[in-house]
Amino acid sequence: MTNTNSISTAAKVDNGVNVSALLQAREALQQAPEAAQFKWRAACEWVSGTHSRSAIGSFFGLGAEQSRNKTFSLEADHPQVFAAEDHAPTPVEILLSGLAGCLTAGVAAIAQRRGIQLHSVKASLEADMDIQGILGIDDDVRNGFGAIRVHFDIRADASDDDIKALVAQSQKRSAVFDIITNPTNVFVTVN
Amino acid sequence: MRFVTTIIIGAGQSGLAMSRHLTARSIDHVVLERGEVANSWRTERWDSLRLLTPNWQSRLPGYAYDGPDSDGFMAMPEVVRYLGRYADVSGAPVVTGTRVTKVRLAPGGYQVSTSQRPWQCRTLVIASGACNIAAIPSQTAGLRHTVNSLTPMQYRNPGVLADGGVMIVGASASGMQLAREIHASGRHVVLSIGEHVRMPRTYRGRDIQWWMDAIGAMDVRYDAVEDIERARHLPSLQLVGTPERVTIDLNSLRKSGVELVGRLVGLGDGKAQFSGSLANNCALADLKMNRLLASIDDWVDENGFADRFPASYRYEPTDVGPKTRLSIDLQDSGIRTVIWATGYRPDYSWLDVPVLDRKGRIRHDGGIVAAPGMYVMGLPFMRRRKSSFIDGAGDDAADLAAHLSHNLDRAAA
Repeated sequence: MTNTNSISTAAKVDNGVNVSALLQAREALQQAPEAAQFKWRAACEWVSGTHSRSAIGSFFGLGAEQSRNKTFSLEADHPQVFAAEDHAPTPVEILLSGLAGCLTAGVAAIAQRRGIQLHSVKASLEADMDIQGILGIDDDVRNGFGAIRVHFDIRADASDDDIKALVAQSQKRSAVFDIITNPTNVFVTVN
Repeated sequence: MRFVTTIIIGAGQSGLAMSRHLTARSIDHVVLERGEVANSWRTERWDSLRLLTPNWQSRLPGYAYDGPDSDGFMAMPEVVRYLGRYADVSGAPVVTGTRVTKVRLAPGGYQVSTSQRPWQCRTLVIASGACNIAAIPSQTAGLRHTVNSLTPMQYRNPGVLADGGVMIVGASASGMQLAREIHASGRHVVLSIGEHVRMPRTYRGRDIQWWMDAIGAMDVRYDAVEDIERARHLPSLQLVGTPERVTIDLNSLRKSGVELVGRLVGLGDGKAQFSGSLANNCALADLKMNRLLASIDDWVDENGFADRFPASYRYEPTDVGPKTRLSIDLQDSGIRTVIWATGYRPDYSWLDVPVLDRKGRIRHDGGIVAAPGMYVMGLPFMRRRKSSFIDGAGDDAADLAAHLSHNLDRAAA
């Protein structure tokens, strides 16, 4: 009966997320966990200076190669204060946008699932960095962020606590949030 | 080989409640118990532990607390006496000192090997508990030999610990209580916190367990919740049973000087690493607690009871501070002991019947196991939210005894 309720509520709500497809996928993958093994890829080529261009195309999942009908291109560079030409955002800014994109997608999907109509979702992110780390000035300073702050401004047909719960649940189920908050083994090889 | 219609494995609250119902239905049975009645309560708990539920809430079929302190919390020796007396007044056919070593399918039932004589039965009730083994993460392997490692099942009191600081991994009831007690003994305590369930001891003048009972939360059935898998794997509530009815939460631990850190995600080279997700885990727990308190307020209003209780209020949000550490050098920080309060799981190593899933959990539908005539009891949210509580054994036993009896009748017909 709980199910019937949430589905009938959800039917009136449209955040552009196909929740029933996601739920079906979840159900199917519970029966076949091997199909849940995905591989994500990116290829990057140096352009000049600190400017590089990444191509993002196929990935592996559901037991097969998944090709897209296009290849996305993403450029990275560094700003002029780093004596670079500022052709594109810095990789750390791209990382912040990755976190924002992941959390925002989660908010939309969870809102749909919970029958909450969204009107607007805006996130602003800021991260602290002491660049004495990357410049090798002080070994006690880490290269990466000291802290990341994310602020969400959400308009939705829901109480403040229900909106906060969307954002909290989105963090709980976010891949990028997990990647940033927990260690990951990184293996780099050279030909 | 001895034959009996039903074998119950384990003489704790679940096994004894089931025995009571089988006796009422004149189904011949024995309760095989590895030690004595209430064995886990007797041998696998720390000294200061008290039940997290008030005395009045230890209701069992045909039996209830009748002492002078119905709102108090039983210490372990009292629990042992309470269940021992229940076994006596029920005339439960308990065979003590008999550890089950193997259960196999046999024609028309099960063959049960034990440390004593073997048995054969038509139906089997597994009431051996949900907390036989401390579930320890694989990270223990990264711990240096100079650091002591133990579980809450081995812990008794701060006196058993090596001198020096203690890192407690896990912030459910066990981890929170141990952090409080060990810190109070004058040691430095680091508490590593993942997903947790914050819960005040009292709200609007009543015990939180009284409220959950009153609003019907404890009776919610397993087939009425949307995500039963999640409900079954929720960490235990952050509660402690004390005569003073204190609330134990991260704010109070932090204020007293316990160092709070995120979920343990790495251990090696003498260093522990913690997740940066602590703030969100606290936010999730605060929101969840407030949803429960709101449902209590709603219940009060809907029933027109507002004048019977103090007005509603909310607790301070959890504040872990802005500077929680992401890694600790155990040696530099003087940590000499790590306690793994990371949960418990049942032991089915003796169960030689293919009823376990790929994660080693028993496959069942509200306690009816996926093997003919086999039942399980006492698992978290097995049939109802209260299934793993002493207070939940009775209703589950009634349901499953009826099913078991029907099964026998059908086989006989």
